[in-house]
Amino acid sequence: MSNILVIAEHHAGALKKGTLAAITLAKQIAAKVGGGFDLGVVGGGVAGVAAELQGYGAGSVFVVDGPAFADYLAQPYTKAVVALADKAGASYVISTAGTTGKDLLPRVAAALGAGMVADCVGLAEGDEVLFQRPMYAGNVMATVRSKTAKTVVSVRTSDFDVAAATGGQSPIVSVAADGGEVAARFVSFDATESERPELTEADVIVTGGRGLKDGPTFWNMMNPLADALGAAIGATRAVVDSWEEVPNDMQIGQTGKVVAPKLYIAVAVSGAIQHLAGMKNSKTIVAINKDADAPIFQVADYGLVADAFKTLPELTEKLKAARG
Amino acid sequence: MKVLVAFKRVIDPDARIKLTADGSAVNTESVEYKANPFCENALEAALQIAEEHDAEVVIVTIGGDDTDQTIRAGLAMGAARAIRVEVEDQDLDSDLAARILAAVYKEEGDVDLFILGKQAVDGDNNQVGQLLAEYLGLPQACFASAITIDEDASEAVVTREVDGGLETIAITLPGVITADLRLNTPRYAKLPDIMKARRKTIAVMDLDDLGVDDTALKIEVVRLEEPPKRQAGALVESVDELVAKLKNEARVL
Ligand SMILES: Cc1cc2nc3c(=O)[nH]c(=O)nc-3n(C[C@H](O)[C@H](O)[C@H](O)COP(=O)(O)OP(=O)(O)OC[C@H]3O[C@@H](n4cnc5c(N)ncnc54)[C@H](O)[C@@H]3O)c2cc1C
Ligand SMILES: Nc1ncnc2c1ncn2[C@@H]1O[C@H](COP(=O)(O)O)[C@@H](O)[C@H]1O
Repeated sequence: MSNILVIAEHHAGALKKGTLAAITLAKQIAAKVGGGFDLGVVGGGVAGVAAELQGYGAGSVFVVDGPAFADYLAQPYTKAVVALADKAGASYVISTAGTTGKDLLPRVAAALGAGMVADCVGLAEGDEVLFQRPMYAGNVMATVRSKTAKTVVSVRTSDFDVAAATGGQSPIVSVAADGGEVAARFVSFDATESERPELTEADVIVTGGRGLKDGPTFWNMMNPLADALGAAIGATRAVVDSWEEVPNDMQIGQTGKVVAPKLYIAVAVSGAIQHLAGMKNSKTIVAINKDADAPIFQVADYGLVADAFKTLPELTEKLKAARG
Repeated sequence: MKVLVAFKRVIDPDARIKLTADGSAVNTESVEYKANPFCENALEAALQIAEEHDAEVVIVTIGGDDTDQTIRAGLAMGAARAIRVEVEDQDLDSDLAARILAAVYKEEGDVDLFILGKQAVDGDNNQVGQLLAEYLGLPQACFASAITIDEDASEAVVTREVDGGLETIAITLPGVITADLRLNTPRYAKLPDIMKARRKTIAVMDLDDLGVDDTALKIEVVRLEEPPKRQAGALVESVDELVAKLKNEARVL
């Protein structure tokens, strides 16, 4: 019997790729406890998302779909996920540790009387299901046990491979849920305009730090570099904190996003431990900083001690040429 | 209005974290403590609300008596009084912390708003506010970067820092808000305020006082380890060398 439920993350009618990382954790748990997994979707008009979830080997795709769930709000979504968990008979409820998962999953845990494991990065070896999660800005790795019959887990997606499609159909099962009395209402969403890939899904990220002087200069320096590489642009907390032109959802680190792209280029970033917490699992790290003693060089595969203002234009041109 | 602020003490986030020799705990010998930065944002938000709406701001800390120093720092920022619930860190998980805060909320009565930090930077859990809201059956607005309370304190309009942009929601009060970095810049306490804070009360309660009798933890720490260090690579001399290495050695271009 399936007893693991993965709640799909979606946006604007499309599945978020992080969901496939959450499925990988579900499969790892299933390998220890036996059984399989189900998928769950909550939203308003999410038939397309449910269709995208075909072919990953889920027992069923359970769907709560209705106008009451069109906009995300924590209270009705909690009720919906609890309804899905009941329907699936789930012992584990898993989703991604994006801002929606972080907002929603603890509430679900409280409603289910479940222990909540935040930001899981893997399972410990052995027969028992023991979760690993970083603490203290990644300075400490904790192995934790959930002592409750049910467990809710948010997944740090950059630490898991995405599940591959295995084919086959999973029956789509509609589940009724009542959002209940809601003491909150959605007002507006001010989307960060960007043609670039999303940070958490990008293969290449270029990140600028406070050494880039001010907001306009940040963009003038980073945009051409990102264009040359088809990269997403990240920032340090110092940058999003001080320069209004750089939105907060570009922040990478302990208290921002955690990323692990194939290539990460840090420009004028000092490499504070809180920043490293968000990027040190990147495959190849490049650091450009004028201070040879900057801590970023301690995690960089390739370090270039240089002035960013002189180097970036040259680097941008030569990267373009090298990529043809 | 009455605003409660959950205020946690953490090891100085800029300090080097070491484990005890047996790896069972974080070594707290000669470490410096500070208020959790996001809790300072939460307190600052409460104080600003108080300035506009004539509210009483009450600090709530769960911790031993060695957290009093941090609480006094919060009182010096301007909170009226504090409640400390006597439970040591190692006897807590997020769930129990939330249930204790819920009990304080009920014990206090007439609370309009409970503001917390979005995340305590020791455990990095980011969940106590959300758990608390569910236990109390209240609406939540997490990761706040702006808060506006209407005149009769019946509703809070909150801008939230979420993936992909800024979301604004309105919650009916009473409610729970968690503070993000860009919400405000916490004020510095002035010397006279520090003196005044010495005379403010810290009411100490234990779990019996609050009627919290289920102290079982839902999440148990089995062990702590230092994660493997990433190997530093080498410096390159020029942009040409960098591009060549990215192309031919790392093969990422
Ligand atoms: C609780 C807490 C949580 C935090 N969370 C995060 C987080 O999630 N993410 C995060 O990033 N930070 C976080 N921080 C902040 C972190 O500690 C650092 O302050 C921040 O990362 C520094 O950003 P920076 O590297 O851009 O700036 P700085 O530390 O000021 O570094 C600027 C760098 O630019 C270099 N430089 C200057 N001019 C040039 C030039 N012309 N060319 C080349 N190099 C140049 C300098 O040598 C320097 O190394 C957190 C802090 C705390 C206390
Ligand atoms: N021991 C505690 N005492 C007071 N507040 C706490 C405590 N633990 C957590 N909190 C509050 O909950 C917020 C989120 O913490 P966490 O979910 O542990 O990351 C913190 O910023 C505090 O506001």
